Order: sequence, then C-alpha cells, then structure tokens
Amino acid sequence: MRTKTDFEPLLVAFLCHWCAYTGADFAGSAGIKYPASVRIVRVMCTGRVDPLFVLKAFREGADGVLVSGCHPGDCHYVDGNIKAMRREPLLAAMLEQLGIERERFQLVWVSASEGEKFARVVTEMTDTLRELGPLNLKGGEQLG
Amino acid sequence: MAKLKLAVYWTAACGGCDMAMLDMGERVLELDRVADIVLWPLVADFKYSDVRQMEDNAIDICLLHGAVRNEENRQMAELLRQKSRVLVALGSCACFGGIPGLANFFDRQEIFTWVYLESQSTDNAGGVCPQTSARVPEGELTLPEFFDTVLTLDQVVDVDYYIPGCPPTTEMLWQAIQTLTGDQLPPKGTVFAGSKTLCDRCTRQKEGKSITGFRRLAAVDIDLQRCFLEQGIVCCGPATRSGCGGRCLRANMPCRGCFGPTEHVRDQGARLVGAIAAMIASDHREEIEKISHLLPVPDDPAATFYRFSLPHSLLKRKRKENAS
Repeated sequence: MRTKTDFEPLLVAFLCHWCAYTGADFAGSAGIKYPASVRIVRVMCTGRVDPLFVLKAFREGADGVLVSGCHPGDCHYVDGNIKAMRREPLLAAMLEQLGIERERFQLVWVSASEGEKFARVVTEMTDTLRELGPLNLKGGEQLG
Repeated sequence: MAKLKLAVYWTAACGGCDMAMLDMGERVLELDRVADIVLWPLVADFKYSDVRQMEDNAIDICLLHGAVRNEENRQMAELLRQKSRVLVALGSCACFGGIPGLANFFDRQEIFTWVYLESQSTDNAGGVCPQTSARVPEGELTLPEFFDTVLTLDQVVDVDYYIPGCPPTTEMLWQAIQTLTGDQLPPKGTVFAGSKTLCDRCTRQKEGKSITGFRRLAAVDIDLQRCFLEQGIVCCGPATRSGCGGRCLRANMPCRGCFGPTEHVRDQGARLVGAIAAMIASDHREEIEKISHLLPVPDDPAATFYRFSLPHSLLKRKRKENAS
C-alpha cells in the first residue's frame, strides 16, 4: 500500500482531441514544464467520457481524474462539452458519497492555444493530490 | 424418472423471495410433483448437518437468495455450492447485493457503533457489541464474523443462473423453475429476465426529455400517462433490466432499479448519471449545478442510482480510509 510520505500521484487525464490534447501538445512543444504524474488518454470529445471511464480510472489506480476539452461554444461537435458539463455535478456528488474527495475529479476547459493553462491545471491538481494522499482503491479489495 | 432434489436457502435477505415462491400458489404443488425439497428453512425443519452429510452434487437445484454479509452466509454459500449441481442466485440481494448492500456506504465499526451504541432506541449501558467469541461461565459462545463489506453471491462462489428482482415476479420464477427442471438447461450465466432496458419496454408516453428541475413524486400531481423522467421524477428505467412487466410503473411509481443493470451496462450508477444528467436543460455551469442538487433525495445520488447494486458496482463500496 502506498503511503502519504512515499507517494507520487497518478493523474489520469481525458483530453479532447481538438482543444485540450492540442493544448497539451502545445505545452510540450513550447517547452513548458508540468509534472510527470499525468497519464493522458485522448478522446475525440469530452462528451465521449462516460461516467464509467472515470470510475474505472479510479478503480484501476488513479489518484485523480481530469476531464478537459474545449470551452463552451467551441466544441467541434457543437455541444459535446455541454454534455460533459451536465454530468459533472451528479458524478462528483456520487464519487464523494463513495469516499472520493471532490478535488480528485475535475472538469476544466483548455483551448488549443492554452498550453500554459494546461500545465498550470496539471501542476495544481498534482499538488492537491499530493496533499490528499493516495487513493489506494486498487488492491484495496479485501472485502471481508 | 427420479424426482429432482431442490434446496432453497437464504442468507442476508428479507425473506421476500421466499414469499414470491409461495405466491406461485398451487403451482408450488406442481413443483412438489417434480422435486423433493431437501432444504428450505421457511417451510421445513432441516439442519445444516443434514446438508453437510449429503454427497457432493446431491442437490439438483439450489435457489439461494440473499447477499453475503457474514461468515455464516459465506460458509453456507460454499457448502451449498459444493452440494449442488445447479446454483441459482435468486433475487436482487444474491445477484447484486440488493438493499443490504447499501451497508457498503459504511464499515463494520460504523454499523456496530450506530446499531449497538448510538441509535436513540438502544439501551446498552455495558456497551456490548457482537464478538466472534465470548467466554461465559458455561463455556465459550461464538457468533459468525460480521464482514466490513456486503458481497454478492457470485463474489463468493461460482453461480450458474440469475433470477433478479426485489422480489422476482412469480411468472418469472415459475418460468425459471420450469426451465431448470426441464430436460435442457440454458447456457451458464443466463439471467431469467428481459435483455433490454425497462425504458425500452415502457409504454408510457415519451415526448422529449428536457427538464429544469427534479421533483419528488409525493409533491406533484403527475401525468399518469407520461414518462416519469420527462416530469422531472427520477426513474431508473434507462439503466435497469426489463422483465418485471413494469409492475411499479403500472402502479404509477418510477423504477427503483431492482432488476439491476442489463448485460451491456457494467455499472448501473454510472449509466444512470449519464442518462439523468443528459436531460438537464441548461448550458450554464451554475444552473446545471443548481438543478443537480435538487435531486429528490437531497445529496444522495449514489444510493438512488445504486439502490440495489452497490456491491455489484465497479467500486463495490465506499472507499475504506485505511484500505490495504
């Protein structure tokens, strides 16, 4: 089991192809530093991120999950990001009841040109997760 | 042909599935024509030792209803698996954890503290809580260990068939029993219920799902013909397996999800979050937040969406702080 002292957070980020993923790419090519804690999963749209994906990421060992895509109004598919936005409060409330703190799940808009914002979001979220400590869902299965 | 040997047993359950069996009426007598009952605590006095003395696979069909909550439940599940050719998870508790599974929002310590020490109706000056073993002048007394987490039957033993429902309908039960006592058994893992969602089977009028607020059933005059969701009343139909015949809907009650998820839904709660959230008629974050917090059971989406299936869900329980 990972403890708070010896722990580097694992952040799973679902990034939309058109905005946040391109933004992350931009951060890379501009040489902006951000923590290696993030594991990026490219999706075509934040609207594609089923609440199940988020649960599964936590189940498989993520300490935090970031969903990021185009600002409202900029969605490549008109309103996929609005769909993601509608799911957020219910899913977050459900996660909290299951013992997963609110800060561990975030929905943030990052455009293709906001490399710096992407780096900042990942850095801040990693710091928050370090404060919260490991989630330890994976392996915590001694159910009896 | 020799008569089949039938066992019915319950673990952590309310007994409603037993009642559903009895509700089959005179068909119970038909059942008696094809099968001898070798264990059924509700109707006859058999002892655990009777079961232990049987040969392995001596029971042809065992219908087990109830979740696995303590060590006695687990031992009996394992024993009956060993003695039965066909083991059927009967009812929502055995299939998905059911209502007892809601205890997975707590752990043993929290449950004991509330039930035996803190609840208003408790008078327990000595602060006595259940222990697995206690010394008394007459000797040692033992109790089965109470688990931190409620389990589904198939998390403990191999299960052949599933009959969901809280309780299963008598028609479903009778069909399942006829199939299981027939010549040809269906493929392992068969669920004796519908394959589509309840929404797919629902006959209420559907015009378009776009809502600006959630409402409590008791607080509104509902349109008796129209879809509950379209009226802002939470209904678990979009993620719940059909097969119940819409008995709640016909009584003008929304679906509570007792048939569990369909084959294509891994996690009932996740699917319901998606389905319910999609109806919110707003493009503004603050407004969406406000509407979401108007759920009829305030701040309780998890128990609303996982009412019968928390132990079966992807996360199985509320996170344990010191999980190892």
